[in-house]
Amino acid sequence: MISLVDVVREFPAQPPVRALDRVTLRVGRGDYVAVLGPSGSGKSTLLNVLGLLDRPSSGSYRLDGTETTTLRDGARTRLRGDRIGFVFQAFHLLSHRSVVENVMLAEVYRKSGRAGRRERALAALERVRLSHRTGFLPGRLSGGERQRAAIARALMGDPSLLLCDEPTGNLDSRNTEAVLDLFDELRRQGLTIVVITHEQEVAERAARRVRITDGVLVEE
Amino acid sequence: MHVRDLIEESVAGMLARPVRSALTTLGTVLGITTLVVTLGVAATAGNQIVGRFDELVATAITVGVPESPNAPLVEWDAIDRLTRLRGVESAAAVSESKDGANVSVRSNDLVDPTRVTAQSLTVLAATTGLPEAARGRMVRGRFYDLGHVRRHDRVAVIGEQAAELLGVTRLDRAPAIFIGEHAYTVIGILGDLRRERDLSSAVLVPPTVGRQFGLRDVTRVLVNTSLGAAGLIARQAPTALSPGNGDMLQVVAPPSPTRARDQAEDDVNALFLILGLVSLVVGAVGIANVTLVTVMERVPEIGLRRSLGAARRHIAAQFLLESTLIGLTGGVIGAALGVVTVVAVSAAKQWTPLLDLRLAVAAPVAGAVVGLLAGLYPALRAARMEPVEALR
Repeated sequence: MISLVDVVREFPAQPPVRALDRVTLRVGRGDYVAVLGPSGSGKSTLLNVLGLLDRPSSGSYRLDGTETTTLRDGARTRLRGDRIGFVFQAFHLLSHRSVVENVMLAEVYRKSGRAGRRERALAALERVRLSHRTGFLPGRLSGGERQRAAIARALMGDPSLLLCDEPTGNLDSRNTEAVLDLFDELRRQGLTIVVITHEQEVAERAARRVRITDGVLVEE
Repeated sequence: MHVRDLIEESVAGMLARPVRSALTTLGTVLGITTLVVTLGVAATAGNQIVGRFDELVATAITVGVPESPNAPLVEWDAIDRLTRLRGVESAAAVSESKDGANVSVRSNDLVDPTRVTAQSLTVLAATTGLPEAARGRMVRGRFYDLGHVRRHDRVAVIGEQAAELLGVTRLDRAPAIFIGEHAYTVIGILGDLRRERDLSSAVLVPPTVGRQFGLRDVTRVLVNTSLGAAGLIARQAPTALSPGNGDMLQVVAPPSPTRARDQAEDDVNALFLILGLVSLVVGAVGIANVTLVTVMERVPEIGLRRSLGAARRHIAAQFLLESTLIGLTGGVIGAALGVVTVVAVSAAKQWTPLLDLRLAVAAPVAGAVVGLLAGLYPALRAARMEPVEALR
């Protein structure tokens, strides 16, 4: 599913900053992996590389068997849109669009047609148990509900990988629990999940944990 | 990305901040309104000025009758046939001496060698419709009628200037003037001539009297038509006046009124067009500024869209379409306001509003183009944004 081999990501500076240092990581289909690490350890850089939002300076990254480091921008964008769902700490919901419209946004840039889009969005909301809030604006939802709406958006179009960046960072303990329960459920349904977090209790819910410190990845 | 999706996303983006969008639109609204109003009012006012000027020129036809060695080309009674034509308002036949030579005219029979008692004036024979044909009015007395003509009455109508030269101020005592050896009763003074102003210093006599001065044949026919009929009458008049020899007559038709109007409008429009364009540029700068601010504010949204699979061109297209829609909306509202203003100004001034239909269509398009151009730079900035930076 995911195969990172000797991935290095350096940022130009004097001297260059090495955010990822020969990272090797293999994640199989249906795995639930937590990437732990303190602030500035390289967690977000790893997520950006995994999410095809950033290119490694060197090394190999294969997603579903496709070598992504040699792909052109357009192909990487398509691959990202088709295969990867993102869940952000700040939710990134459009405040002026209803919950269902936010979820439908995930298909706007895909090749899948417009027909049945609303139905698929409603099904995704059903999956995160948010069917009763479809017409609400995000501002009227609780933090947990907003994150569930963002997860529903990430699930639209059945991605093979769910990348979560501090998904519970803005949630209270009750909502955190609800979101983590949801991840468990999605994993049982066969979805591959990678969660970036600095919270130990969040990481402990994952089947597998890796720790990143100063750009170096170590299995726990 | 489906085109409908692009439109929906752009409209939603525009409506997400309705007050800001409305204020941004205002710049284009003002620019387009100014443009439509200036062009519309210029055209309307120009039409008004030129229309008044035209009315005199555009309806006046003169038919020159060349001398014929045989029978005269135009008989005096041919005027009756001409006035029966639909579109002819008034007409008169005139006979004047070939070389335009003046005749000595005196206001009394006394020959005083110590002072000038005779005036050298033009004498013309004309049919009874001359005052209307020359667009003048009788300032004193009356013009001779068919009775005078038929009876060969020795009557004369003199122009206002001629009356002054001859010292004729009152007609109640039936003053006489002497043309050559014969006395003629002055029965009217013709003035306020808007056509053939030379007649002001002329003496007019009935055709039956004019023969005594050698004014036998019609030399000129003055015709006034209703507005818009001049072209048609100019073609029909020769046949009506001289059925067999119409092609020998020389018709002087009015110049094309549209050419004169267009020229006047062009002069006025050029000035106002610059003013309107300046307003439009100000509007464009407004759109560009606000769109740029919007792009900066929507950086996280751009990042989200990129994470969802949006390519750079999708982001650029959305922002471009948003600014174009703002420009188009401004153009539509501006065009509507402009048209209403032109109509209101025209109604207040009692003018006929004149608006080129193409302007009403072109104005929204201009607004859209302004929006498109104004959105180019912000859209480019948005598209260049790296998703990682945008999501940070």
